[in-house]
Amino acid sequence: MTQVSSLEEKFLQVIDAEDKIEPKDWMPDEYRKTLIRQISQHAHSEIVGMLPEGNWITRAPSLKRKLALLAKVQDEAGHGLYLYSACETLGIDRETLLEQLHTGKAKYSSIFNYPTLTWADMGAIGWLVDGAAIMNQVPLCRCSYGPYARAMVRVCKEESFHQRQGYEIMTVLSKGSADQKAMAQDALNRWWWPSLMMFGPNDSDSTHSEMSIRWKIKRFSNDELRQRFVDMTVPQADLLGLTIPDPQLKFNEAKKGYDFGPIDWNEFWSVVKGNGPCNEERLNARVKAHENGSWVREAAAAYAQKQAQIHNISKTA
Amino acid sequence: MNNNWPLYEVFIRSKNGLSHKHVGSLHASDADMALENARDVYTRRSEGVSIWVVKAADIRASDPGDASFLFEPAADKIYRHPTFYDVPDEVKHM
Repeated sequence: MTQVSSLEEKFLQVIDAEDKIEPKDWMPDEYRKTLIRQISQHAHSEIVGMLPEGNWITRAPSLKRKLALLAKVQDEAGHGLYLYSACETLGIDRETLLEQLHTGKAKYSSIFNYPTLTWADMGAIGWLVDGAAIMNQVPLCRCSYGPYARAMVRVCKEESFHQRQGYEIMTVLSKGSADQKAMAQDALNRWWWPSLMMFGPNDSDSTHSEMSIRWKIKRFSNDELRQRFVDMTVPQADLLGLTIPDPQLKFNEAKKGYDFGPIDWNEFWSVVKGNGPCNEERLNARVKAHENGSWVREAAAAYAQKQAQIHNISKTA
Repeated sequence: MNNNWPLYEVFIRSKNGLSHKHVGSLHASDADMALENARDVYTRRSEGVSIWVVKAADIRASDPGDASFLFEPAADKIYRHPTFYDVPDEVKHM
């Protein structure tokens, strides 16, 4: 038996025993690469995800809504940071990760390439986009890679408020004037299908799924999670008195779940490839924020260096 | 030159009476900034009453490959545990 195959055997034993892999443990290169790709995409999504909502902070309809939105966006910055840190334990540094985002080499969730046109979008995003994210993230708390799993525990704890505040916005609008209700319905119409796309391609077309499940990075397939999301969300839309924009949506008694219409995968791939309504705007905003912050980083580094010098002089004196 | 700020590991005491516990890490230009950022990143919901930050480069960690020779010798030293010793049933509170 070669050295690598015995190491790999031990690695798989740890995985099968539901133990965790920690940063300094041996792991297959492909496991490391898969995690770096997944965790960094996840971190980038949190960071870019601040932009569509940031758009509405100054125009929130009340102080309460403004506080909630500020707190939510701040959480997303925090989630990005937890995830970048987890990713760095795999041996890639922060600067490289940011560069991959800024050059477009790394992806982030395509959902953030759609525009936030009305205040109701803040409700729909919290309810649907955060709802779908939670559905994806809860099983990741049991991911086989320790630092990722621990980061996800923190993220999930904080994410629940995001969804509830979104649903509350939708509730208030749905019970409001006819115009407000129409605004809520319009937001649902625009966010429903992109939210279903958040779970990724159908299982039959998903390239990374099989190994990820074997390695217990993923626990459920894209289609399983999407089905759960639909089953959970349809009754919530009914409670709001809103209509899900899918004429084929129908409860299937045999499978105790909803059948739903086909997803427009052409749209999905077109947005992934950079042709969504806001891809360019999002990336430009991110790069600009980074560049505008460079003098702050330089000043902080110069200050730290000077403090260290003063400290050294006083020690030797 | 590496433009990355140094990495700091963050430890939080959730309340007095408990130890500081590792919660994650962050980059900062110096320890003061690490402390300020740790407060914003790791204690947004009353998670702590005290924070330690330590430069990750200053931590020496054991190698997982050494785990067996470091930790397995403890496994066969059962005489270090109270249950190894027989005392009469009549003896209370021991």
